[in-house]
Amino acid sequence: MSFLSVRNLSVRLKNGPPLLRRVSLDVAAGEVRGLVGESGAGKSMIGKAVLGILPPSVEITEGEIFVGGTDLLRLPPRESRRRIGASCALIPQDPLTALNPSHRIGPQITNRLVDILGWTRSAAEARARDLLAEVQIADPARVLRSYPHELSGGMRQRILIASAFAAEPKLIVADEPTTALDVTVQKQILKLIAGMQARHGTALLFVTHDLGVVSKVCQRLSVLYSGMVVEDSTVADFFAAPRHPYSAALLAAMPKYTDPDAGLHPVPDAEIDAVRAEVTAFDRRAARG
Amino acid sequence: MLDGRSMIRRRAGLRLWLSAGWLGALGAAALLAPWIAPHDPLAQDLFLGRMPPFWVAGAEPGYWLGTDSLGRDVLSRILYGARVALLVALAAGGISCLVGATLGLLAGFLRGWFDMIISRLIDIWMAFPPVLFAILLIAVLGPGLVSIIIAVVVIDWTRFARVVRSEAMLQGVMDYVASARVAGAGRIGTMIREVLPNVLPTIVVLLTLEMGIAVIVEAILSFVNLSISTDDPTWGGMIAEGRTSIHQAWWVLVFPLIALFLTVLAFSQLGEGLKDRFDPVLR
Amino acid sequence: MQILRILCLRLATTLVTLAGVAVIVFFVIRVVPGNPIAMMLPPGATEADIARLSALYGLDKPMVTQFGIWIAGVVQGDFGTSITTRQPVLDLVLGRLPATLELSIMALVMAVLLGGLSALIGTRGRGGRTEGAIDVVNGMALSVPDFLWGLVLMLVFGVLFPVFHISGRVTPSLDLPFVTDFYLFESLLRLRFDLWADLVAHMFMPALALALPLAAIIGQLLKQSLKETMNLDYVTLARTKGYGETHVIMREALRNAVLPTLTLVGVQFTFLIGGTVIIERLFSYEGLGNMAIDAVINRDLPLIQGIVILFAVIFIAVNLIVDLLYAVLNPRLRHA
Repeated sequence: MSFLSVRNLSVRLKNGPPLLRRVSLDVAAGEVRGLVGESGAGKSMIGKAVLGILPPSVEITEGEIFVGGTDLLRLPPRESRRRIGASCALIPQDPLTALNPSHRIGPQITNRLVDILGWTRSAAEARARDLLAEVQIADPARVLRSYPHELSGGMRQRILIASAFAAEPKLIVADEPTTALDVTVQKQILKLIAGMQARHGTALLFVTHDLGVVSKVCQRLSVLYSGMVVEDSTVADFFAAPRHPYSAALLAAMPKYTDPDAGLHPVPDAEIDAVRAEVTAFDRRAARG
Repeated sequence: MLDGRSMIRRRAGLRLWLSAGWLGALGAAALLAPWIAPHDPLAQDLFLGRMPPFWVAGAEPGYWLGTDSLGRDVLSRILYGARVALLVALAAGGISCLVGATLGLLAGFLRGWFDMIISRLIDIWMAFPPVLFAILLIAVLGPGLVSIIIAVVVIDWTRFARVVRSEAMLQGVMDYVASARVAGAGRIGTMIREVLPNVLPTIVVLLTLEMGIAVIVEAILSFVNLSISTDDPTWGGMIAEGRTSIHQAWWVLVFPLIALFLTVLAFSQLGEGLKDRFDPVLR
Repeated sequence: MQILRILCLRLATTLVTLAGVAVIVFFVIRVVPGNPIAMMLPPGATEADIARLSALYGLDKPMVTQFGIWIAGVVQGDFGTSITTRQPVLDLVLGRLPATLELSIMALVMAVLLGGLSALIGTRGRGGRTEGAIDVVNGMALSVPDFLWGLVLMLVFGVLFPVFHISGRVTPSLDLPFVTDFYLFESLLRLRFDLWADLVAHMFMPALALALPLAAIIGQLLKQSLKETMNLDYVTLARTKGYGETHVIMREALRNAVLPTLTLVGVQFTFLIGGTVIIERLFSYEGLGNMAIDAVINRDLPLIQGIVILFAVIFIAVNLIVDLLYAVLNPRLRHA
């Protein structure tokens, strides 16, 4: 039984072009699914739709988003917001802008537990301390008292990761959590996320443009092009033999660090034209039907 | 379906037309006052004192907006008062714009000791409460139209200077200025030919604002009895008079107040409308 | 440490500015035509009388000497004697100061409440008709100066629907048990709510007239700032936690959006204080501004000097407080 089930989700700019074209995907409880694609493919948009934080310039035209068995899109906004807050969480992309500069770290982790889930202040604070220790932050008490600008980017990302697990969510959307970080730090953060996911058994929707990351952390993946899902398979199958030509080209485009003289192979124009043709065909069918 | 941008453009157009319309009508009224005013604004007739406007019982025919305590026709006085108001607006607004904008432009562009002096001057100036300063100046200069214009200029040049100075500072460090200098233009030449056109929209908007302020200052000074010392009608003077008989003859206060209100509103909305027009983002 | 540095720097610039103000006002008013002494004495006074009194007030000496004498006095706390009332200028001025301060602060509170409310409502309903309506109202309140609002309010609430008083600070027949001149404040401390109500009934309109333009500025600026803040990442993150729109605006966005508004409000507040001059006159409110106008009309030179200097000091103090407030509210500056 999948915890998250997105069915035929279509999203477009208000009075503008489509951004997601009948996207469907499932994430089972405790599973890690990767969402890959080029920039602008719409992967972040899916995560935002699930969490109910689509920008105001964008609207959903069709589809269903089942979280824990209930279609969020058919619920009144207050109710869906409450459910998302209780069972989902976000690990955002940019640690430098995702923390409120006017609040200390502690409240930013504990407030949701106290305000929305009814925890006591002391229980919430104990939980915050434990979480910070879990992400290997020394001296959690001091960090909880600090303001975001007093901490480094890597530290802030750990805090955001810890904060995501605070309410013991069933699903976490990780929106390119390592993209804004230094390469040296990326590996650590990835291990951290993977470790926490395993320990807490949380389902993870991992949005990234980096296939290397996917191979290390995910069990299944979806490949997106221009808002359309072109491939959906297990990671093992994908890396062994991708079914869609575009995915194969993507795979081939991955730089091989083990073989520096192998040269770079960007996705050939032919593949791009082919996949773009598929998108156009889709749009034509959608306009007719 | 309306989107944000088209709504703003529409509002900008409407605002511009309405305010320009009122100001145009006012200008026409002021120019043609001697011909269109139904009565002599100075003519007193104590038997016709405090007559109400035409739609109220007991009104005297021919005196559309009623009369004041001395029997003078309110409508005619308002029309003649428009002359003073607009004269002050154009003259005081224009001159303070010229003085303030020039000083601000020079200070912001040339920097150095000139900028230091001007900035300090602006700080000191802004430590004076404007109305008090105005009253003080009028006491020094004596009542009269010229004094009022001088007073407005002396007090409010800082409004232009401050804003134009920061604009000029911003523009002064831009690449197009450097290119002009490299091409051999002199400092003042560059300032006038390259920077000024870019600062002009801001100046124009401030000018409309200043004209509204000038009208208000004149009204306030008339109110405190320090404007034109004769019984030549000014809106502020009418308001001061009207206030004393506010319970018995409300129209003496209300109509010049409405004229003043609409005029000040029109000037500032004109400025806002122009600002929207000039904003390249909306174009 | 940071705060101390700000203070010291400020003190230096303040003294320069005050010196400038003193010089300007001193010499400007001495160019005023009209001999204050002659205005004071009854008609029929002899030349000798005038000369004697002029000597008494030191008005026969050269201007620069007069300035020197005045400055020497000021440094010791003596601001001279008022020509019209024969009382020390400092006492007169400090006596009227509380009235004007109370009026200004009441206006400030009103402006913050009205402006803040309109900004919050405008942000809550942004992109729709609510915001459009708020913008129109703000635009109007902004364009019309306090003087006109005072007149309009006087007509509406003084004549049309007479709810408030249009003249004075307090009903003259009342017996006031106050020790200080801070009537409003003291009436609350003494729990004399009847007196407090009477004071407010007198102050409401002048304060509102002063408040409206400032409220419009606060409303516009804060709404703009809030709308920008609402697009930031940490606000979006808060939504995923289950918080509703109102909470997000108030708890997450507001604190960060207030900062840019603060500095401008400080400057505008000094304009508001300047506006008390004409508003007090309009409503016959016995404050500093009203006294100032009389002083000019009567050519009471020492009093004019004292009042202008006091206004300058108030303006500088307000600017200083705003800067300190900004440093305190912005966590980044606190630790710099």
